[in-house]
Amino acid sequence: MNDVKKSVVAVIDYGMGNLHSVAKALEFVADENTQVVVTSDPAVIDAADRVLLPGVGAIRDCIGEMYDAGLVPSIRKAMAEKPFLAICVGIQSLMSHSEENGGVDCLDHFKGNALFFGEQHKDHDGSKLKVPHMGWNQVKHTIDHPLWKGIPDNARFYFVHSFYVVPENKSEVAGTCDYGLEFCVALSRNNVFAVQFHPEKSHKDGLQLYKNFIHWDGKPSLANND
Amino acid sequence: MGLAKRIIPCLDVDNGRVVKGVQFLDIRDAGDPVEVAKRYNEQGADEITFLDITASSDDRATTVHMVEAIASQVFIPLTVGGGIRTCEDIRRMLNAGADKVGINTAAVFNPEFVREAAQRFGSQCIVVAIDAKKVSAEGETDKWEIFTHGGRKPTGLDAVEWAKKMVEYGAGEILLTSMDRDGTKNGFDLGVTRAISEAVHVPVIASGGVGNLDHLVDGVLEGKADAVLAASIFHFGEYSIQQAKDRMSDAGIEMRL
Repeated sequence: MNDVKKSVVAVIDYGMGNLHSVAKALEFVADENTQVVVTSDPAVIDAADRVLLPGVGAIRDCIGEMYDAGLVPSIRKAMAEKPFLAICVGIQSLMSHSEENGGVDCLDHFKGNALFFGEQHKDHDGSKLKVPHMGWNQVKHTIDHPLWKGIPDNARFYFVHSFYVVPENKSEVAGTCDYGLEFCVALSRNNVFAVQFHPEKSHKDGLQLYKNFIHWDGKPSLANND
Repeated sequence: MGLAKRIIPCLDVDNGRVVKGVQFLDIRDAGDPVEVAKRYNEQGADEITFLDITASSDDRATTVHMVEAIASQVFIPLTVGGGIRTCEDIRRMLNAGADKVGINTAAVFNPEFVREAAQRFGSQCIVVAIDAKKVSAEGETDKWEIFTHGGRKPTGLDAVEWAKKMVEYGAGEILLTSMDRDGTKNGFDLGVTRAISEAVHVPVIASGGVGNLDHLVDGVLEGKADAVLAASIFHFGEYSIQQAKDRMSDAGIEMRL
């Protein structure tokens, strides 16, 4: 056993499948003092130093599984007190509501909704755009944030989604992307950060974001706190 | 500013080695899949497709280990195809670290499998692979048909209608291979690529026939493909991924450079 207590990153497993790449990417950038744990145990989440909420699949199943597995209280507790990062459907699950699956109430951490691009989605010039929005798109930083550290503005990240978030409070938007319309792809409030793209699939800039998360103290500003 | 078109190197893997045949014959060895995937990742590939062409299913465990090894070291999207016939096959590949699975023959014989898979795992990870061959004669209206068994068996299914049906059933992406062009180095069949890309609302990956970098440009500009897939031009060092991206970017295509 190691004498030094390791800093634990809990990746929440709520039965929605593939967490392998999220965990592997975190392990790839973790230093020797960091331990990555994939867990569905509320006690482990409660005890973790930081928490990552992944998401894949349909929103109704995601929210349903979070409640069925008894994880919602731990998710809310983590969002209230420690560095917390939500990914892909994870960001959508933090909104008030999603129009996917005929309409689903979500965790309501950020006021606002997740909307469908629509099968007739068009670019600014009227040309057809494919849905899902799948591939590498540029992310514009709308605020400075510790999680953007070392990542160039307008760097490309990997996306795959058909729904996008529209927060009511625009000051919570941390990054945007353009796909027929400019939409929010990163949200920030206090110790909670959420992104629509997949850092674990976004090569070096994605790994940098995970590295930033592992070292983040949960403060949203870049103020001279180091 | 906007979504980039993708370059996807494809690893055809037989008994644990990357190979590439010319119209499914004359197999050449191109190395260890994990090493090849890492090389493409370093060169800036946007995704990697791993196609298991092992004839027997005995080596499925080998494939799972290889996918695990790649997914632990390569942090870009990984699609695994070949021999995906059941939801259990899909689950195993996703758990090994694949982001998407390619369903080909199984979709032809049992379209409901695509629906079931999309409902269970989400459309975002279901790629339906279509092997099409031109069946119209010179002078007739263009028509393409779905073929199975490496292009040997016709099915009577119209390729464009089939693509639309697969999207209705839940395919999140279409991987379209021209069996006339695969391995020929004569370029994509741009007609079928464009016909299918314009008929469906999901992304279409063009495959089969790339012999030079201009073929990749044509696939996007004329074929309207969202992504281009190639194997041999990259495997044997003729071109690097970066060279391909530069050429496409020079042609005015939005790329991740």
